[in-house]
Amino acid sequence: MIDLTTLEGADSSDKVRRLCAKARRLHAEMPGLPHVAAVCVYPQLVGVARDALADTGIHIASVATGFPSGQIERAHKLAETRRAVKAGADEIDMVISRGRFLAGDLRYVHDEIVAVKDACGDAHLKVILETGELGSLDQVRRASMLAMHAGADFIKTSTGKIQPAATLPVTLVMLEAIRDFEEKTGRQVGMKPAGGISKSKLALQYLVMVKETLGNRWLTPEWFRFGASSLANDVLMQLAKQETGAYQSADYFSRD
Amino acid sequence: MAKPTGEPLPFGAGDALAYAPAPESTEHVQLDERYGLFIDGAFKTPRSRRFFDTVNPATEQTLARVARANAADVNDAVNAARRAYERHWSPLKPAERGKYLYRIARVLQERAREFAVIESMDGGKPIRESRDVDVPLAAAHFFYYAGWADKLPYAFPGASPQPLGVAGQIIPWNFPLLMAAWKIAPALACGNTVVLKPAETTPLTALKLAELCRDIDLPPGVVNIVTGAGATGQALVAHSDVDKLAFTGSTAVGRDIQSALAGRRTRYTLELGGKAANIIFEDAAIDQAVEGIVNAIFFNQGHVCCAGSRLLVQESIAKDVLRKLKRRMQSLIVGDPLDKNTDIGAINSKAQLERIKAYLELGRADDLASFQTETSLPATGYWCAPTVFTGVAQSHRLAREEIFGPVLAVQTFRTPDEAVSLANNTPYGLSSGVWTDKGAKVFQISAQLRSGVVWANTFNKFDPTSPFGGYKESGVGREGGLHGLSAYLDVQDAAGRGRA
Repeated sequence: MIDLTTLEGADSSDKVRRLCAKARRLHAEMPGLPHVAAVCVYPQLVGVARDALADTGIHIASVATGFPSGQIERAHKLAETRRAVKAGADEIDMVISRGRFLAGDLRYVHDEIVAVKDACGDAHLKVILETGELGSLDQVRRASMLAMHAGADFIKTSTGKIQPAATLPVTLVMLEAIRDFEEKTGRQVGMKPAGGISKSKLALQYLVMVKETLGNRWLTPEWFRFGASSLANDVLMQLAKQETGAYQSADYFSRD
Repeated sequence: MAKPTGEPLPFGAGDALAYAPAPESTEHVQLDERYGLFIDGAFKTPRSRRFFDTVNPATEQTLARVARANAADVNDAVNAARRAYERHWSPLKPAERGKYLYRIARVLQERAREFAVIESMDGGKPIRESRDVDVPLAAAHFFYYAGWADKLPYAFPGASPQPLGVAGQIIPWNFPLLMAAWKIAPALACGNTVVLKPAETTPLTALKLAELCRDIDLPPGVVNIVTGAGATGQALVAHSDVDKLAFTGSTAVGRDIQSALAGRRTRYTLELGGKAANIIFEDAAIDQAVEGIVNAIFFNQGHVCCAGSRLLVQESIAKDVLRKLKRRMQSLIVGDPLDKNTDIGAINSKAQLERIKAYLELGRADDLASFQTETSLPATGYWCAPTVFTGVAQSHRLAREEIFGPVLAVQTFRTPDEAVSLANNTPYGLSSGVWTDKGAKVFQISAQLRSGVVWANTFNKFDPTSPFGGYKESGVGREGGLHGLSAYLDVQDAAGRGRA
């Protein structure tokens, strides 16, 4: 359920290849571990990831639409989306135009998501609300409903570039919106909290919340993802502790 | 890193998404086989020579045998309290009284885990509640009233508040330790001494509290605990040397106490039953309100005098609310009270379970639509799945009588006036709830509700600083806060006139 992510200005092809190697095999000392759900990169690096992950079943997610601020023309957003899909992205993580949303121009935001969804073709669309910029839980609920009605396959809390990123209250509001949306329309939508979930214990709290709010149907990589790279190593550390009874040094786990 | 075992990890084996059992350990708990009466600072064999079993309602196993006090035992306890009042407690400097109360509070915090586990074993309530609500709140009450002990003249400016003397206190089985704290803390802070009778089915935490009082060197006789059933309580009520009687329990017993006390100078406060209306308006935050409904009626298996046992929901959102409530109820975990995941524990006693079942039958006989959480109940112990009856009318007994179990009666309303009229059409008036996003509506409605507590967008919230008590048949007097002090004081104004 973890999306390994690298979204830095300094990302290189090598760094993406290293991340992909980690995605294929999280920890050499523990055979039989499931691999991560997806690797998330900038559009320019989708091709590199595609080559590194061929035939693994690991999805490639690409951010698009002027990530992280979304402050570019719509035509550019659509072009970027198409390019990422063409380069081999299975999933597109778009950001909404928060400026327009906060100004009350919901129609604009809605239509933009519809257009991006259209540009995605078969690729899955995750809509990043950037809840840290929305200001209130009421707005989070409104943005969630808007994104789902516009065709989002997933709704996602944050880019990871703005604080606060994912929090439990924000995630609960989004999960409740997903529940209400499914009850109303019959369409199941996925959830991805992203940013700031770096410890297994916190991740467990999220999983319990998903189970309690939406039920077991959502507890699969198809419907729930953590956008959190450092979480993977903490999970490994906890597994090693369970096996050996002691915490290992962080240096025993690869940091890619 | 330790060498790999080479064994694949068990991912995807079994139902990986089910909650594992998380039982709280009972190993640290020490219970005696037999408990005497705590009189004059020590445990004494009862003059009655009789004992009764106290049972774990989740396993039906006997936890301990407890003394059954008769009138002679009660007399000993009252005499001990009188001696302690005259010799030790009322002459003591108020700041010193406060120190003892702080000590009780602190040791209660230190031994919180032990008290929580025993509370859950003896009463059947989920460990989550006893750990997070009962015990911390009990300690908070002692802390709060400890602070008042040397400030009573400031609480009643211009008056010279005096203690009443010996307080007889009778408490119920739904919050055994917390009710003991509600009763003992203000009484002691005001300079009174206490004879407390815990409920027959849940005496253990009161007896542990007695041990605690002994361990912290509280002067003998200041707190006396006499265990027993109704007859013990009657003996306490009948005792002529009791200056003040405080009772929490059923309205029927409250009435008996009131008639027994008629014509006597004994002062009294009664905290009795309730049939609270929980009103959900269409502009409420629905998911939050659903959590509130669950908390209002299923908290502590519905064994709460201020439980929101009547749900009044505005017609326009009734379908949504009930659908969401049903779904939410399905995720409630009913079972072992000591499991940290448990939401609903065991019904307190066999007798109470029979009473609840009789009401469920009544609802079915009245052909009311109902739904119940689908859950497998343990084979031994006393259990009741959370139940909701819809389409209830004011004339149904389910809407009029206190059930004291996880049973909710749902009615709909169209206008705010109708909601208020339904809410107030009950002999009780202990609590009520209002759910709306509009602050103005909260004030408008709550001003019209005839109940001692009105919760807005929350339910079952307690705090030692806040007074609690009922209108109408829900009782007389207030406990908690500044109001709770006056129940244990003779307050005279400058002209020497009694104020209370």
